[in-house]
Amino acid sequence: MAELARDTLREMQLRMLRIRAFDERASKMVKRGHIPGTVHTSIGQEAQVVGATMALGAGDYMSGNHRSHGHPIGKGSPLGPLMAELVGKATGVCKGKGGSLHLADFAVGSLGESGIVGSSIPIANGAALSSKVLNNGKVALAFFGDGAANQGVLYESMNMAGVWDLPMIFLCENNQYALSTPAHTVTSGIISERAAGFGMPGIRVEEGQDVLAVYDAVSEAVARARAGDGPTLVEVMTYRYNEHSEGLRLGTDYRNAGEREAWLKKDPIVLFRHYLASQGFSDDELDGLQATALAEVDAAVAFSDASPYPDLSVAFDDLYTDKESAA
Amino acid sequence: MTVMSYLGAIGAAQREAMDADERVIIIGEDVEANVYGTTGGGKSRSDKGDFLQRYGKNRIRNTPISEEGIVGAAAGAAMTGLRPIVDLSYSSFLYMAMDQFVNQVAKNRYMFGGQASMPVVFRSAMFYGLNTGAHHSDRPYPMFMNVPGLKIIAPATPADAKGLLRSAVDSDDPILSFEACLLWSAKEDVDENEFWIPLGVARTAREGTDVTVVAISSSVPEAVAAAEELAREGVSVEVIDPRTLVPLDRDAILRSVAKTGRLVVAEPAHRTCGAAAEISALVAEEIFDSLKAPIIRVTAPDMQIPFSPSLEKQMYPTKATIAAAIRRVVDLPALQPVAAAV
Ligand SMILES: Cc1ncc(C[n+]2csc(CCOP(=O)(O)OP(=O)(O)O)c2C)c(N)n1
Ligand SMILES: [Mg+2]
Repeated sequence: MAELARDTLREMQLRMLRIRAFDERASKMVKRGHIPGTVHTSIGQEAQVVGATMALGAGDYMSGNHRSHGHPIGKGSPLGPLMAELVGKATGVCKGKGGSLHLADFAVGSLGESGIVGSSIPIANGAALSSKVLNNGKVALAFFGDGAANQGVLYESMNMAGVWDLPMIFLCENNQYALSTPAHTVTSGIISERAAGFGMPGIRVEEGQDVLAVYDAVSEAVARARAGDGPTLVEVMTYRYNEHSEGLRLGTDYRNAGEREAWLKKDPIVLFRHYLASQGFSDDELDGLQATALAEVDAAVAFSDASPYPDLSVAFDDLYTDKESAA
Repeated sequence: MTVMSYLGAIGAAQREAMDADERVIIIGEDVEANVYGTTGGGKSRSDKGDFLQRYGKNRIRNTPISEEGIVGAAAGAAMTGLRPIVDLSYSSFLYMAMDQFVNQVAKNRYMFGGQASMPVVFRSAMFYGLNTGAHHSDRPYPMFMNVPGLKIIAPATPADAKGLLRSAVDSDDPILSFEACLLWSAKEDVDENEFWIPLGVARTAREGTDVTVVAISSSVPEAVAAAEELAREGVSVEVIDPRTLVPLDRDAILRSVAKTGRLVVAEPAHRTCGAAAEISALVAEEIFDSLKAPIIRVTAPDMQIPFSPSLEKQMYPTKATIAAAIRRVVDLPALQPVAAAV
């Protein structure tokens, strides 16, 4: 493992804390009706998200899925416009047109989250194709779940990325469930091993709650991609603490007894805090990161609260590049 | 001016677009070998005008048979700086990529608040009328007219094919081009210099005063032939080719029908919820009082396309079926003025 600068380590923890604080707040806001509709939180999966997004460069691309807030936060998108988007405000990162499921922040290379399972995988693949054709050195990464790993378009995309040596990373967030369905009951074999069929490396990060383990695996894939050596499939084993989506009440019957408690003991933020302490970070400094994340979320909510809802007059904007075509 | 076929005109537009802008690439199944005739000078690598020779593998790319993956990748590439032309060969194959067309290509710009540009053209050819059977004969453009966010062209002449395709490639919105194989060999004088035909502007294929026929794709030459026949019987028929289905040149259609008072709409797609249905509804809603006769649609019936030539040939509008519709609308007595709706 490469020695990481203290600033990088600190930033990793801060981004994980941001995601945790943002999603905990969003969960409450859904339950109070402050956020319309629902959201899917990444609580419990912060190491997997941040380890992957921080392995990418600022100019690199990514696409994501319905578990959608962590990805742009991990890539460095400011929280205010993200929160305003969840609420449906005009100042939202998508001007209130997308909502939680469709966050995108092109300024940080976030090409969009997707409400259709598996659907955004080829978008990142296309970004990798454009990097290759334009020879601009950029890399693209697609986040998708264990559920999406059974969509055919993933394999069309892996084949294309493999045969064209695209600078592409397929990142499977294996939280072991697709909604209520345990992955092993609908998934034949090991997801990462499917890479072999496409002639690309497939890596499984068993310690997916360890942000450094994820970071190392994805960094290697990014280096390969950037060197022109083609795509990699990275499967990260992780776990979501909350329900599939906020407000859903499926109970715990579909989970194994004691499973959630066991995963809570391997909490990625707690684990990394211990690690940082062992590297000489003081308690004050670590508490400070936590306070910073909470304050940023407070500010994001305040920003959203102070923002107007979009005026009806903009409803048709951005359907096409010209206004006339929107009938 | 030089004589060009419809297919040759598409090839010419692609060559011009590739020459004009390095960001334009062509991807699709079998495009390197010019199997469908729009990426080369002939069927041989050494033929003059071969795209692979001219532009290289980086910009002319054979794809695997993975329509969903291709359409999605083209969308992602368009969102990040390329301007792909995707050759999907048969229009029937578009269904394979329905999720990407509807959920990504059409929606991304809007959902992301205008952050995404989608400068991509999806070309496909409708192989109807050629005894290819039900799996290769689709005319699916009306389905896509029902997807906000897409723009749709359906050229009926070589000049339109060339000029519309150039505008499509230059557009920052996603465009689906539905070409008709029946028109591939149609020839006319076309400007060999670059030119652009704006999207959303109809063409009056023939002027007339008694009846308007709005015709789409290969129904255009059939409508013109029917108009010529009716002219000999003293009926003056105006033929309007919308050329672009989204955005539709509503004004041109309404202006013509307001003048003639009679409308026949002819297209090769199925009857239910077709372009003809949309155009009929538009006219009925906007200028009902101008109508002197009921609107008649001439379309393919709502059924599968049979293989046998004797069965298939009755499926699509022809000069004879369009002429019969025209005769019906001119023979009918004028409608009484309608009392205000209660
Ligand atoms: C094509 C499609 N099918 C089904 C759904 C409904 N759905 C939304 S999320 C989900 C589970 C996805 O599981 P996974 O890919 O593992 O992601 P996770 O929620 O576990 O992060 C399902 C079934 C959908 N949104 N899109
Ligand atoms: Mg899952």
